[in-house]
Amino acid sequence: MWKVIVRRFFVMVPQVVLLSILVFLLAKSMPGDALTGMIDPSIDPAALEAQREKLGLNNPWYIQYWDWITKAVQGDLGQSFRFKMPVTDLIGQRLLNTVWLSVATLLLTYMIAIPLGIISGRYNDTWKDRLITGYTYFGFAAPLFIFGLLMLWVFGFTLNWFPTGGSVEPGLAKGSFAYAVSKFYHLLLPAMSMALIATVTTVQYLRSEIIDTKQREFILTARAKGASESRVYNRHILRNSLLPIAALSGYEITGLIGGSIFIESIFSYPGMGQLFISSIMIRDFSVVTALVLLYGIASILGALLSDIILSIVDPRIRIQ
Amino acid sequence: MGKANNVPPQPQKFEKSPSGLSILWREIVRDKVALISLIFIGLIVVAVYGISLVLDQKQIVTVDLFSLYQKPSAQFWLGTDYGGRDVFGQLIIGTRNSLSIGIIVTLMTGFIGILLGLVSGYYGGTIDNILMRILDFFMILPAIMIIIAFVTAVPKYNVVSFSLIMTAFLWMGIARMIRSKALQERELEYVHASKTLGSSDFKIMFTQVLPNLSSIIIVSMTLNLAANIGLESGLSFLGFGFPESTPSLGTLVSYARNPQTLEFRWWIWLPASVLILVLMLSINNVGQALKRATDARQRKG
Repeated sequence: MWKVIVRRFFVMVPQVVLLSILVFLLAKSMPGDALTGMIDPSIDPAALEAQREKLGLNNPWYIQYWDWITKAVQGDLGQSFRFKMPVTDLIGQRLLNTVWLSVATLLLTYMIAIPLGIISGRYNDTWKDRLITGYTYFGFAAPLFIFGLLMLWVFGFTLNWFPTGGSVEPGLAKGSFAYAVSKFYHLLLPAMSMALIATVTTVQYLRSEIIDTKQREFILTARAKGASESRVYNRHILRNSLLPIAALSGYEITGLIGGSIFIESIFSYPGMGQLFISSIMIRDFSVVTALVLLYGIASILGALLSDIILSIVDPRIRIQ
Repeated sequence: MGKANNVPPQPQKFEKSPSGLSILWREIVRDKVALISLIFIGLIVVAVYGISLVLDQKQIVTVDLFSLYQKPSAQFWLGTDYGGRDVFGQLIIGTRNSLSIGIIVTLMTGFIGILLGLVSGYYGGTIDNILMRILDFFMILPAIMIIIAFVTAVPKYNVVSFSLIMTAFLWMGIARMIRSKALQERELEYVHASKTLGSSDFKIMFTQVLPNLSSIIIVSMTLNLAANIGLESGLSFLGFGFPESTPSLGTLVSYARNPQTLEFRWWIWLPASVLILVLMLSINNVGQALKRATDARQRKG
C-alpha cells in the first residue's frame, strides 16, 4: 500500500514541476508584463526600464522562473492588477465558493447515479432500463454549456424557481441561518445542471458492472444457498460493483474543473472558473497563471487519490 | 448495449467472413435510430455546405443598425441579433464552420494519436515508457484552461492556429486506445510470421497492423467528432473560439450570456443550441452503433 503511494508520489513531483514551467512560459509569452497594467503611460521609459531591471524582468527566463516558483511555494503568487490585491487573497475568497459547488455537484451526482445505475443494471432490458439508458444517451451527447443554459432559461428565467446569478442574496449577515439557506439555494441549480450531465458515466459504468457481476458463479452459489433476492443484490452484487465507482471518484475532479469554468460563467457564480475567464479577458496574467497551476495540481491530486483508493480496493494492483 | 446474450450468426463454413467495414455498415443499417441519425447528418451537411455557397459571409456579418433585434419574420427567418445581422444566415455559416473545424481537429488528433499509439504499442519497452510518460503529463493538464490560455497568448490568432491549439491538447485519448490495441496485436501470429519473413517494422505497422485496427479507429474518430464540435462551440461560447467575424454555432449561443437576450430573445440562441444538441446526439448515435459493431457480443445481427 505505502509502496504504491510513495511510488505514485515520485511520479507526481516531476509532473507538477513540468506543469509549473509550462504555465510560467505561457504567462511570459502573453503580451505585456507585470508593469504594463500598473503604471500610467506618461512615465519616462528610462525609469520604466530601471524598474524592470530592479524587478528582474530582464533576467533570463530560468532565473525569473526560479524567483517566481520560490515565491509561489511560500504562498506569494504576485499581485492582481485589476483588484489591486495579492492573488493569494483573491483566490482564497473564490476558492470556497468553487469547493462548495464541487462538493454539492459530487453529492448530487452520486445521489442520482447510484440508484439509477442499480435499477438499470438489476432490471436490464425492461422499460425502466430503456428509460435510463435513453437518459444516459442524451446526457453523453449534450454539451454541458448548452444544458446549463437551458436549465437557467427554463428554471431560472421562465419559471422563476431559482435565482439566476451570484452565490448569495446581498445584504444578509454572514454566518446567519438565512445566509446559509440563501447560499444553498443559489448553489442548487448550477450544481444540479452539472450533476445531471456528470452522472452519465457513473450510471453506464455501474450498469454494465452489475450486469457482468450478475452472471458470475458466486451469485449462483448465493442463490443456491437460498439468499433472498434483496440480499443477493445488496450484499453480493453491490459490494463488488460499487468499489470501482468509489475508486474513480478522484478522476471526477478533472471533469468538475472543466465543468466549473462553463457553469460558473453561465450562472455568474463567483468562483474560480469565473475568475479565470474574467481575468484572462482583461489580461490579468498573475491571476491566470495561479489559477491554471492550482487547477492542474488539483487534477494531479485527483488522479493520485483515485490510484490510492484503487490500490486499497483492488489487491491485484498492489502486488506488481 | 445490453444485448449481451445475442450471439451473432456464425459465418457458414466456406463463406468468407465479413470484413470490418461491412460489419460496421450492416450494424448501422440494422439500428434504425443510427440510420435515421446518419441520414439526418447527411442532410445537414449537404444543406449547410450547399446553402453557404450561395450566402455571402461578409454580407451576413455586416452590422445593420436599422434592424436590431428583430423578431423572426418573412425577411429574417430567425430574426436578427444585436448588430442587426440575420440569425438564419449566421446559423448556416456557423454550422458549416463548426463542422469544418470539428472534422479538421478530429483528423489531426486522429493522425497524431494513431502514429504515437502504433509506435508506442508496437515497439513497447523504453519507447513505450517514454511516450506514455509524455502522454500522462498531457492527460493531467486542465485542457480547457490551457487551450484558453494559449488562444490568448498566440500573437497571430486565426482559424489555423485555433485548430492547431485544439489538436495539441486532444490527441491523448485515441493514442492511448491505439497503443493498448497495438500491444495486443504485436503478440499475434501474423505479426510474428511477417517478422520472420523479413518485413520491416514500418511495413508491419502501417500495412498490416493498422488495417486490423481500422474499425475501432473509425468508431473513436466518430465519437471524437461529436466531442470536438461540442468543445469548439463551448470555447466560442466563452469567447475563446472563432472571432466574431467568423461565426460558429457557439458564437450564436454566446449571445445568451446577456441575460436580456437569454430571457426575451430566444430566436437568437435557441436554434443554435438545439442544432448543436441534435447534431451531437446524431453523431453519437452513429458512433455508439459502430461501437457495438466492433464488439461481437453486443451486435444486433
